[in-house]
Amino acid sequence: MARLKLEGLKKTYAGDVQAVKGIDLDVADGEFVVLVGPSGCGKSTLLRMVAGLESITEGELTIGERKVNDLEPAQRDIAMVFQNYALYPHMTVYDNLAYGLKNRGFKRDEIERRVREAARMLEIEEFLPRKPRQLSGGQRQRVAMGRALVREPEVFLFDEPLSNLDAKLRVQMRVEIKQLQRRLKTTSLYVTHDQLEAMTLGDRLVVLNGGRIEQVGTPMEIYARPASIFVATFIGSPAMNLIPVAYLKERGNGLLDDLPPDTDLVGIRPDDLRIQPPDAPHLVVESTLELFEAAGAESHLYVRLAGSDQPSVIRTAGQSPVAEGETLRFHVVREALHPFNSASGKRTV
Amino acid sequence: MQTKRMTFPGRWLPYALLAPQVIVTLIFFIWPAGQALYQSLLREDAFGLSSTFVGLDNFRRLLGDPLYLNSLSVTTVFAVGTTALSMGVALLLAVTVNRLLRSRNLYTTLLVWPYAIAPAIAGVLWWFIFHPTIGILPYVLEMLGYRWNHRTSSVDAMILVIFAAAWKQIAYNFLFFLAGLQSIPQSLIEAAAIDGAGPVKRFWSIVFPLLAPTTFFLMVVNVVYAMFDTFGVIHATTQGGPAQATNILVYKVYADGFVGMNLGSSAAQSVILMIIVIALTVVQFRFIERRVNY
Repeated sequence: MARLKLEGLKKTYAGDVQAVKGIDLDVADGEFVVLVGPSGCGKSTLLRMVAGLESITEGELTIGERKVNDLEPAQRDIAMVFQNYALYPHMTVYDNLAYGLKNRGFKRDEIERRVREAARMLEIEEFLPRKPRQLSGGQRQRVAMGRALVREPEVFLFDEPLSNLDAKLRVQMRVEIKQLQRRLKTTSLYVTHDQLEAMTLGDRLVVLNGGRIEQVGTPMEIYARPASIFVATFIGSPAMNLIPVAYLKERGNGLLDDLPPDTDLVGIRPDDLRIQPPDAPHLVVESTLELFEAAGAESHLYVRLAGSDQPSVIRTAGQSPVAEGETLRFHVVREALHPFNSASGKRTV
Repeated sequence: MQTKRMTFPGRWLPYALLAPQVIVTLIFFIWPAGQALYQSLLREDAFGLSSTFVGLDNFRRLLGDPLYLNSLSVTTVFAVGTTALSMGVALLLAVTVNRLLRSRNLYTTLLVWPYAIAPAIAGVLWWFIFHPTIGILPYVLEMLGYRWNHRTSSVDAMILVIFAAAWKQIAYNFLFFLAGLQSIPQSLIEAAAIDGAGPVKRFWSIVFPLLAPTTFFLMVVNVVYAMFDTFGVIHATTQGGPAQATNILVYKVYADGFVGMNLGSSAAQSVILMIIVIALTVVQFRFIERRVNY
C-alpha cells in the first residue's frame, strides 16, 4: 500500500499529438480514485503511463517514496486488471494466478498459499484447474482480479474492467470490487467511461476531458457542484439541462438578479424540475411535453420550453399526470440552479 | 450451427456443377494413383515388352534393399533439417518484423518474394552460391579454413540441399508466423510484463505456446513439402549424389522409374510415399481440430 503521486504528467505521441496534457493528482494511501471521461480523453493513456506500459513524456510519477518514471512495469509494484481480462489462454486458472509469483521467484508453498487465499476470497476455488475458455465472463473477470490480488501490490490499476460484462453482472461485480477494495485497503486507480460506475465506486472522482483534469472531488461534491459545463453534463443521468439565463429572465422573475453578471447559462438537474410547486420562492417555466419515457420507478419527461425550441428533460417519481403534446408547467427553486459562463465553460459561482 | 440449404431447379444441375472438379480429380489424381498401385504389383522385363504379376514382391525387395533404407534415412535427415531451418529462421524473422510499426508491410512484402521462385530456380541459385569453383560461399569458407565441396562430401551436399529447400519455404512460414503473432492480443504481453516476465521469458512462456497451433500446422506442411515438393531442388543441385547422400525418396522414385526404368519398384515406392502423406494428413487434421484447445 502506498501513496501515488502524479506531477505534471504529459504524454506526447509522434507528430506532436498530445494525449495527456499535464495531470497533477495525489492519491492517498488506500484511496480508491476513479478516472472518468468520454472516450479519447486520455484516461486509459494516463493509467497505462502509471502502469509503465506507456512512456512518460514529461512530469514525475511517484509510487510510495520511489520515483518510478523509468522503471519497468514489473518493478513498479502495481497490478493491473485489463478490459479484456488478458488471461493467459493456455494456462489453467491456477497457473494464471501463479505466473506473476513464479516470475518473482516465490517459493512453491508460498505461491500455493497465496493462490488458494485469493481464490477463496473471490470464490473461484473450484475453477482453479480449468482453462480460461471454460469460464463465463464474470468468472474470467474474477480470475483477472485474482491475478492482481495474489501479488499484493502497492497499487491496483483497473482499465474499464467491467465494460465487457452484461448489465446485471456489471452491477454485481461493481459492488464486489468496492467491498474488496475496502477490505484490502489497497490504493486503487480505476478508469471508466461509465459515470454511474464512477460515482458508485470512487472515494474521489477525477473527471478528464481532452487530456486535462476538469474537476477532482468526491462523487457528491462533483454531482452537487460541477465546476464546468462539461462536468455538469457528463455526470448525472439524464444529463443536466442547460437553459440560457436570458430566457429565464424574460419570464420576469427577480430570483435570478443575484447571479454573477457573466452568467449566461443555467444548469438544472432533471430531478430539480418539479411539477408540484414547492413552498420556497421558485421559477415557473411553461413547456410542451414531447415524449414520455417510463423507466419503472421513475419517468423521464422530454419537453420543449414554451416560446423557445430549447429541449429539456424532467425526472419525476412514478407516472406522469400529463399526456404527450400537453402543456406542462414546472418549478425550480433558486438553490437548484448551477450558473455557468458559456464562453469559458466554467461555473461562475 | 446453422447451415444454408441450397435447392437447385433441376436434378442434374448440381452434378453438372460438380463434374469439372470431379473429372479433374479422377483424371489427374485418382487414375495415376490407381496406376501406381497396379504397377507396384507388376514386374517389367528388361526391354519393357512384357510384365508379370509378382504380388507384393516389389515391396518386399524394397524393404530389404539397403539403398532404399538409406534413402529413407536421408529423407528423414533432409525433412527434419529443412523443416527446422526454415521454421526457425521464419519465426526469428516474424518476431523481428512484428516489432516494427511503419516498415512492417515493406519487410513483409520483400520477405515473401522467395516463395514465388520455382524450386528448380532456387536450387540453381544455391548451386551457384555453393559452387566449389565459382561460388562465393566456398570462397569465404576457404578463408575460414574450410574446404567446401558438395560433390565429394556427403555432409556438404546435405547442407546445400537443406539450404536450398528451406530458403524458399521461409517466406511461407514467415507469413503464417507473422499472422499468428499478430493474433496474440497485445494485452497478454503487457499483462506478462506486469507479471514480471522479461522479453525472453515472455516469448517462451506466453507467445510461443500461443503460436503452437500455427507451429504445428507449419510443421506438417513443411515436412510434406520437404518430402514431396523438393524434387526440383535436388535435381538442380546434386542429383541425389554424392554416393546417394541426397537421394531422397521422391528423387529415387524418379531415378529408379524414369532413369533406371524399373517401373515396378518405382511404383511401389510411390505407393509407400502415398501412405506416408496420407498418414501425415490424418495427423494434421486430428491436431487442427484441436487447434483452439490451448
